[in-house]
Amino acid sequence: MNDMYFRGPSLPLRLLLAVVCSVGLMLVDRYTDSSTQLRSYLTSAVSPLFYVASLPQTLFSGASEQFMSQQAVLEENSRLKETLLQQSGQLQLLRFLQQENDKLRALLGSAAQIPGEPLIAEVLAVYSHPFSHQVVLNKGSSDGVQEHQPLIDDQGVVGQITSLGPTSSRAILISDNTHALAVRTERTGVRAIVEGLGQWDSLRVMHLPHSTDIREGDRLLTSGLDGRFPEGYPVARVTRISQDVSQPFMVVYAEPFAQLDRIRHVLLLARRQVVTDVEPTQEQP
Amino acid sequence: MRKPQRQGFIYLSLLIALLLTVMPMPQLVKLARPDWALLVLMYWTMALPQRIGILTAFFTGFIVDVLVGTVLGVNALAFSVVIFAVAQHHLKIRNFSVIQQSLLLGLLLALYQLLLFWLSHFLTGVYFRPQYLWPVITGMLVWPWLFWLLRRYRRQLKIQ
Repeated sequence: MNDMYFRGPSLPLRLLLAVVCSVGLMLVDRYTDSSTQLRSYLTSAVSPLFYVASLPQTLFSGASEQFMSQQAVLEENSRLKETLLQQSGQLQLLRFLQQENDKLRALLGSAAQIPGEPLIAEVLAVYSHPFSHQVVLNKGSSDGVQEHQPLIDDQGVVGQITSLGPTSSRAILISDNTHALAVRTERTGVRAIVEGLGQWDSLRVMHLPHSTDIREGDRLLTSGLDGRFPEGYPVARVTRISQDVSQPFMVVYAEPFAQLDRIRHVLLLARRQVVTDVEPTQEQP
Repeated sequence: MRKPQRQGFIYLSLLIALLLTVMPMPQLVKLARPDWALLVLMYWTMALPQRIGILTAFFTGFIVDVLVGTVLGVNALAFSVVIFAVAQHHLKIRNFSVIQQSLLLGLLLALYQLLLFWLSHFLTGVYFRPQYLWPVITGMLVWPWLFWLLRRYRRQLKIQ
């Protein structure tokens, strides 16, 4: 019973304090911009935890690679060589096309697209809380990662960086339900916005009028109009269209190309550089 | 009043719970991951309500917010509310059998999940899916083992 006298404020009062503090935090985090800075500090403060938490998995996969039989390694090696050959064959053609494209762009006087050096990052933790689809990557500002840098995997767009620490960073996936990006359809060039729903395998295409030409199976590519994602990367394939005339817009769902639920490595694309020497060429007679 | 003894071990167990919260897992298992941090906090609140209470719950919730990436303060609030309920009734809950405890904690875990959902719904507009309630069931199943483990831990190390 002696304990009672040392308790300080009563329980309901403490609860009230905690509730007031957390409501304040929520409002600050949701409705002001200062929280991005705060979040990046906090992310770097807790990044050791992520390293420790992913240790068992790293050890396990390391060990399974150690004990892989030679036969399996040889098989994998020959398979990889084959894909490398195929891809470098395609790359030769790509180089040629790139050159041609550059020349044509120069003729038109439009801005050249400068590809930056991409960066490969490993996923430290995928936190799949249904309300926030985010991953933590093992590259941070000291590796040259920038905020809002786009992420892709070998199939398509994955997401973008939201907060940065020195050695780790946090990225939001396109399936998060606070994320949206600008796309156009490959077949017709119709522009649209794709929004996450908080589900791994489904995205929603927003605000398409009923007369829009869109079909199931259409590929959606980034349009570059959002100023975050570079143009032309595959995002999703249209899977379901339902037209309800009582609704103002078509309801269109799409499935992301990227394997969002099993990403291990991602490619960080360099931010598209804004080229400013477009104006002088337009002024020429 | 008894002097606090070996309180560091309480925080060690909370740290391990936080590690389990962010440990990478296969997709199928992940949706059903129990709320480790909350379960461990519940045990300590029940066993030592004068050491671990709403303040610890608030800070643990805040760390979970940072780790998980929800809006800051959402987990802090939900943790505080649930731990308040446990602290208020710790004498009653202690007298229950482990099965009764896990049923009661199931209710509290459901309250936690719903609070989390409501707050996130107001702040970011998420939609409800029944799968969100899987952690309640796994949490209830895990509780008897966790209770036994933590009681041994507390008695062996004489944490007071």
